[in-house]
Amino acid sequence: MIPLREIAFARSGDKGNSANVAIFGRTPEAYAWIREHLTAGRVEEFFRPLGVGAVTRYDVPNLEALNFVLPLVLGGGGSRSLRIDAQGKTLGMALLEMPIDPPWQP
Amino acid sequence: MLKIANASGFWGDQPGAAARLLAARPDLDFLTLDYLAEVSLSIMAILRAKDPSAAYAQDFVDVVTSLIPYFQGGGRARLVTNAGGLDPLACGAAVRNALTQAGLSQLRVAMVTGDDVLPQLRQAMAGSGSQPDRLPEFANLETGAPLATVADRLVTANAYLGAAAIADALRAGADIVITGRVADPSLTVGPCIAHFGWTGDDYDRLAGATIAGHLIECGTQACGGFSTDWLDVPAGHDVGFPIAEINPDGDCVITKPSSSGGAVTVRTIKEQLLYEVGDPAAYLSPDVTVNFLGLSVAQAGTDRVSVSGACGTAPPDNYKVSAAYRDGYKAHGLLTIFGHDAVRKARHAGEGLLRRLQERGCMFRETLVECLGTGASVRGIASRMVDTQLVETVLRVSVAADTREPVNRFTREIASLVTSGPQGITGYATGRPKVLPIFGYWPCLIPRQSVASAIRVLEAEHGSGGDRKQQGVRT
Repeated sequence: MIPLREIAFARSGDKGNSANVAIFGRTPEAYAWIREHLTAGRVEEFFRPLGVGAVTRYDVPNLEALNFVLPLVLGGGGSRSLRIDAQGKTLGMALLEMPIDPPWQP
Repeated sequence: MLKIANASGFWGDQPGAAARLLAARPDLDFLTLDYLAEVSLSIMAILRAKDPSAAYAQDFVDVVTSLIPYFQGGGRARLVTNAGGLDPLACGAAVRNALTQAGLSQLRVAMVTGDDVLPQLRQAMAGSGSQPDRLPEFANLETGAPLATVADRLVTANAYLGAAAIADALRAGADIVITGRVADPSLTVGPCIAHFGWTGDDYDRLAGATIAGHLIECGTQACGGFSTDWLDVPAGHDVGFPIAEINPDGDCVITKPSSSGGAVTVRTIKEQLLYEVGDPAAYLSPDVTVNFLGLSVAQAGTDRVSVSGACGTAPPDNYKVSAAYRDGYKAHGLLTIFGHDAVRKARHAGEGLLRRLQERGCMFRETLVECLGTGASVRGIASRMVDTQLVETVLRVSVAADTREPVNRFTREIASLVTSGPQGITGYATGRPKVLPIFGYWPCLIPRQSVASAIRVLEAEHGSGGDRKQQGVRT
């Protein structure tokens, strides 16, 4: 198993009590793999401890990217959340730690 | 071609960025400066109660002051900013005052108003009882809750205006345009409309300029700041601010001053493209609805990335409104714990403090104990990423309550852990935590015809005889 970061890079940000996490393949091969395996359900399961709602995945093939929208993931968001990360700054880094098992060595 | 740089990505960004950009790139046509996050206006509303000049971002007046030598030397870059906050007129008056004192009375300052829709929301609530069949107006976009649940606690409500009023102000000869709430990319789109003469239905061009504005609105984030591979960013101690070179067709090249650090690469630009984006096929702005799915991003030289192929359609019929309501108080306190079993001790100390306060009558509606260093930022996810046998952790205790008193009590008692908590507890040098007001975020929609934006142009001469007022309803 390797962490997702070895084949992808990411960016997260907030909008109210939702966040988005964009995941980009580092190579066309990597993008093909994450497009097949990094489903909305898998990402939702990953972020479940934070109370995430139903995750939506948007495919952006021209940027070799997947954009995940994570509702209710910020504990209230903005000024309301008591959490150290009320704005989803850490969520991209978190998802990049997901253990994955691609069929090739990056 | 129009060269537009961003010199402030948020309220608190580097104050010297504007002067440095213009020193490095005297050929720039415009600087945009963004100061308003989602709840910035509600913070200004509270500050304004104590200090009327706090209703706008005073930092911008300092930026203008820093540019006086540039203007005196004949520099003609124009500034577009949302620093006006809740009171663009007061911000404009302060800016004009600074310019006049420096002998720069020829520079024109214009303000855009009309984004404040709090009266419209209040009026709707006052009238809603008589029309029970009507769909609830101003319902929360995230939760669907009706406005009535928070109406008596509203602090601010501001519509995200678009680029048209900014373009009008520039066409009226403004050198500095100060707005309240506008969509962040509109700070860039406004100059493009004024310069290229685009019309309101030049959707693909407007989409391209919106992409350019979106890419530069967060300052250094386009140039390697906040990037995944940040450790590999060259000269990361001084990451540059971004410049968009926008063509008449709306396509752009993003670059940065060559004297600055950081990097503009396909990766940094891709990351910023999807920052805070929902559906990439329908990015909503008051100027245009943008489809990202045809965008091409390509390296076009060192620290130069071209972005082309934006596709636009008509913008939504409604403006988005960012409203905020008072929702009690909160505080966060930090202490550092070193020694064996540091995490267990920290948790025990934090939970014990909360228990003691609650036993003595503090009614908190929410509390949180975090042990920073253990993956607390994404608690429950990070457990396998971190060493749980830490010798040191930062204890962060948070409380929230409907009233101020219990939160205030918490801020006065957390220090008692220094003597009653575990040996090895330290880091209380920063004093008592602050009691902070909580603002609930209330995103909602308002029909365009309910919003009347206006511009006011100040001729920076002595006295107020030079004021020109232009009113107009934007639809």
